[in-house]
Amino acid sequence: MSHPQNATVFLKDKARAKWHDDTLWIVREKRDATIHLIPEWEQLRELASQIKDHTLSKLDYYLEELEKNATANGIKVHWAENAEEHNQIIGKILEEKKCKAIVKSKSILTEECHLNPFLEERGIEVVDTDLGERIIQFLKQPPSHIVMPAIHLKKSDISDIFHEKLHTEKGNVDPVYLTHAARQHLREKFLQAKVAITGVNFAIAETGEFVVCTNEGNADMGVHLADTHIACMGIEKLIPRRKDLGVFLRLLARSATGQSITNYNSHFRSPSPGKELHLILVNNGRTKQLAREKFRNSLKCIRCGACMNTCPIYRRSGGFSYGSTVPGPIGSILSPGIDLKKYSTLPFASTLCGSCTDVCPVKINIHEQLYEWRQEITKAQGSSLKGLSMKLANGIFTSPLAYKISGKMMRASLKTLPNSVIYNPLNAWGKGRNLPELPTESFKDWYKKNRNEQ
Amino acid sequence: MSSKASILAAIKGLNMKEKPLPEIPVFDVAPNLVEAYTLALNSNKGTVLTKKELEVLITESSFQKIYSSSPTFNQFTNCELPQHPSDFADLDLAIIEGQFASAENAAIWLDDSNLDLRAIPFITAHLVIVIKKENIVGNMHEAYERIGSTNSGFGVFIAGPSKTADIEQSLVIGAHGAMSLKVVIL
Ligand code: SF4
Repeated sequence: MSHPQNATVFLKDKARAKWHDDTLWIVREKRDATIHLIPEWEQLRELASQIKDHTLSKLDYYLEELEKNATANGIKVHWAENAEEHNQIIGKILEEKKCKAIVKSKSILTEECHLNPFLEERGIEVVDTDLGERIIQFLKQPPSHIVMPAIHLKKSDISDIFHEKLHTEKGNVDPVYLTHAARQHLREKFLQAKVAITGVNFAIAETGEFVVCTNEGNADMGVHLADTHIACMGIEKLIPRRKDLGVFLRLLARSATGQSITNYNSHFRSPSPGKELHLILVNNGRTKQLAREKFRNSLKCIRCGACMNTCPIYRRSGGFSYGSTVPGPIGSILSPGIDLKKYSTLPFASTLCGSCTDVCPVKINIHEQLYEWRQEITKAQGSSLKGLSMKLANGIFTSPLAYKISGKMMRASLKTLPNSVIYNPLNAWGKGRNLPELPTESFKDWYKKNRNEQ
Repeated sequence: MSSKASILAAIKGLNMKEKPLPEIPVFDVAPNLVEAYTLALNSNKGTVLTKKELEVLITESSFQKIYSSSPTFNQFTNCELPQHPSDFADLDLAIIEGQFASAENAAIWLDDSNLDLRAIPFITAHLVIVIKKENIVGNMHEAYERIGSTNSGFGVFIAGPSKTADIEQSLVIGAHGAMSLKVVIL
C-alpha cells in the first residue's frame, strides 16, 4: 500500500490520530526546552555534522582501524554484506553455544535485517527487552517510531495485551503497575539468557570500543548476565575518536526526548574474563547510499527520532503508514535507496516545510533530499510520468510547478493553492486536518502559535 | 571475495575526497558545579544526599541485602560478592564509588575498577554512587578529557535510575534496573 492509503487508515480514528499528533508534539517541545539551555547548541550540531562527514569520507580507513583495535581488545569482529549474512552469523554463534533463547535490546538494524523471524524459524526464543519493544512484540507489530516503538498505542491497548500475556488485572491501565509487571516478567528472562544481543549507538575507531545508550538499563541487564554479547551495527555508526562522544552524547538524548542524557551510556571495550563479545559490521545497502552523492549524508543519522516528532505528516499519519523499518522524514530518504519501487510514495509524504532539517542534530538536509528523491522517482518513471506521479503523490504535489520549486517556495505556493486542491479527497493527510495557515513569520514561531490556538 | 573485502572495495572505489575533522573547542560551564550537578540529577529523578543522610536512611530502612564497594560505607555490607551476577538478583542496595561526574547532565563515570561485577549497578534494586566534590566537571567534553585514553574493558556513564516512558509517555521509574539513584557528594 502507498503512504497516502495507509495514512487514510490511520486517520479513520480521529481522536486517536489527534492524540498521536499531540503526544509527539509534546516530545518536540521538550526537545526545544532543553536545547535552549545549551548556548553552544548550533556549534555542537555543526561539529557533529563535520565529524560524521569526515568519517564517511574515510569510512574504509576507519572501519579497518575499528576492526584492528577491537580485535586487539578481545572483541570478535564479523563483516556482513547483507541482512542474510548478518542473520547467518548470529545463527551460527547461537548454534555453537547451543543457545535456544536470547534477550535483545533495541536495535533498528536487527529490525531491518528481520532477525527475529529468522531466529524464531530456527526454534530460538527472542525476547525484546525494551518495554516498548516487548509490548509490540506481544502484539506482533513492528515499531512505529525508532525511539518510542509503542507510541501508537494507548495504555488500554497495553493493559489488554498484558492481561492476556502476563495475567495482569483486567482493565488496570496504571502505567506504574503495568511497567512493574513487565519488570518481573523480563527479569526472569534476563536471569536465564546465555546470549544477549544489542545494537550500537556509536563505535569508536581509535579505541575499538562501542557505546550503547538506554534509559531502562535493559541492554546492560542482558549483557552482564549473559556469557556472550553480540552487538550489531551498520557501518555508518562509526566515529573517529573517543572524545567525539562528548559531542554526540550531548546531542542525542536532548534531540530525542529532551533529556540531558540517557541514563545508561555503556562503553564496551573488552569482554569480562571468561565471556565473549562479538561485533557485527553490516553493510546492507549502505555503501550504495554512500555512492549517491546527493543522498550520502543521510548516513550521518544518529537515530534520535527528532525529525519524526516534528514532522506534521508523521504525526498525523503514524509510523506504520510508511511501511519501512525507519519511518518519518529520515526513513523517507533512506528507504527509496533500498527499494525505489516499493518506497516510491515516501518522498512525497512531506510538506517540504524543512522542520526536520531544522531539528536534525547532525544537520542532514532532509527536506532537500526528499525533494531530490522526488526528482529521481519522476525520472525513473520516464515516459509514463504523468500517470505514475499522479499515483505517487496522490494529489497536490504532482503539478509540474511543484516539482520545479524549492522547499521554501513550496511554502509560499501552498498559500496560493485553492482549497479544492488542498482538501482534495485524494490528499490523505490534508483530509484529516486543515493544512497550515501559511506563515509570514518563521515556521517554528508560526507552528507554536497555530498549536496554541487549537 | 569476503564481505570485508567487498565492503572496503566498494568504499575505496568511490574515491571520496577527505573532509576535515574538526577540533572540539572549549565551552563555558556552570559557575557552581555542585549546584548545577544537583539540579541536573533532580531532573533525571535522582537525589543528592550527604553522608550522614545516607547513613540515617540505611539504618531506618529495611534493606535485607546490602553490598558496598565504597570504603566510606563498608560497615553496611552484609553479603559476599557472588561468583555469578545472577546471585545478586535479590540485592537491595549497592553502594559504589564513581570516578567523576558531569554537572551539565548528572552523568557519573564508572569503569571496571569501580565495579566488582559489571552487573551490580543494574541488577541492584537501589543504587548509591559516591563521588567527591572536586571530581565534578562541567560538561561531557571535560568528562572525556578525564577518561583520556584509559583502557578499562567496560565503562559507563550513569545519570539516573532506570526509567521508561513507553506507556503513553508516562514516566515510570524502575523499568529493569535500579529503582532509585542517590548520589552522595563527599
Ligand atoms: S535524520 Fe537527524 S533528526 Fe532524523 S533521526 Fe536521524 S539524526 Fe535524528
